[in-house]
Amino acid sequence: MAINHDLLGRVYESPEPYEVTRGKIREFADAIRDPNPVYRDTAAAKAAGYTDVIAPPTFPVIVGTEGMHQAVVDPELRLDFSMVVHGDQSFRYSRPLQAGDVVTAVTRISQIRALGRSEMLTLESDVSTVEGEHVVTAVNMLVVRGGAEKAEK
Amino acid sequence: MTANVRYADVEVGTELPEQTYPVRRLDLVRYAGASGDFNEIHWNERVAKSVGLPDVIAHGMFTMAEAGRLVTDWVGDPGAVVEYGVRFSAPVVVPDDDNGAEIVVSGAVSEKRDDNQVVVAITARSGGAKVLARSSAVVRLA
Repeated sequence: MAINHDLLGRVYESPEPYEVTRGKIREFADAIRDPNPVYRDTAAAKAAGYTDVIAPPTFPVIVGTEGMHQAVVDPELRLDFSMVVHGDQSFRYSRPLQAGDVVTAVTRISQIRALGRSEMLTLESDVSTVEGEHVVTAVNMLVVRGGAEKAEK
Repeated sequence: MTANVRYADVEVGTELPEQTYPVRRLDLVRYAGASGDFNEIHWNERVAKSVGLPDVIAHGMFTMAEAGRLVTDWVGDPGAVVEYGVRFSAPVVVPDDDNGAEIVVSGAVSEKRDDNQVVVAITARSGGAKVLARSSAVVRLA
């Protein structure tokens, strides 16, 4: 079944704020095997000009995923998640996320289009602190394999 | 924020040192936990094959993180990254053995911009396939 194109522009907000912690940053840095001290050592982070340890550039995917998940399970979107692969991902940073940040994500369905037999769904998440400071925008393009082909039947 | 690379010292074509990052099943399990992405195609061979994949594949975001290390290791300060975007052109297939797979990442400065910013074009390969294409990072140098 094809995606419901009427949902272009629909917005999903984080159900609750996400608190960035030193422990989670360390866990994430360990998982990607990145030994950079600014992810683990507060003194190293301060020496680099930050107030606490910072998160790796792809860490915001954790925050963006919440909004993405709400879209993916939105029954009105009619998305078959078993046919989804990740096509593109990008981030635009105002600054890195850092320990102590409490952030929320506002995710918008920014594009839906067909490409051959697939459909491409683009979700754009603005991640900001609860104080209103923009930190990063994550743009996530999902490819729904065979979605357009099924729509023709 | 202090990047270790000076804007004046790079030019279009300056290459970043190529890096090879190993990826094994354990890495994918650990990344699943750290990221919260438990999609079974990243750790369950039976499920991966049932949806037409050759085997378990790495999370695209894991591959993106490894490729990003090429840039953050080069500049030293991960906070110097202004933009980072990738296109997933093929999956990183991770067999269930002691060696797993390798992600080989290369990059070169493709553009110098104002405000000490440069664009680094990034390519990643695994098992003979280009797994990231048309990917780039914008970084602010010292």
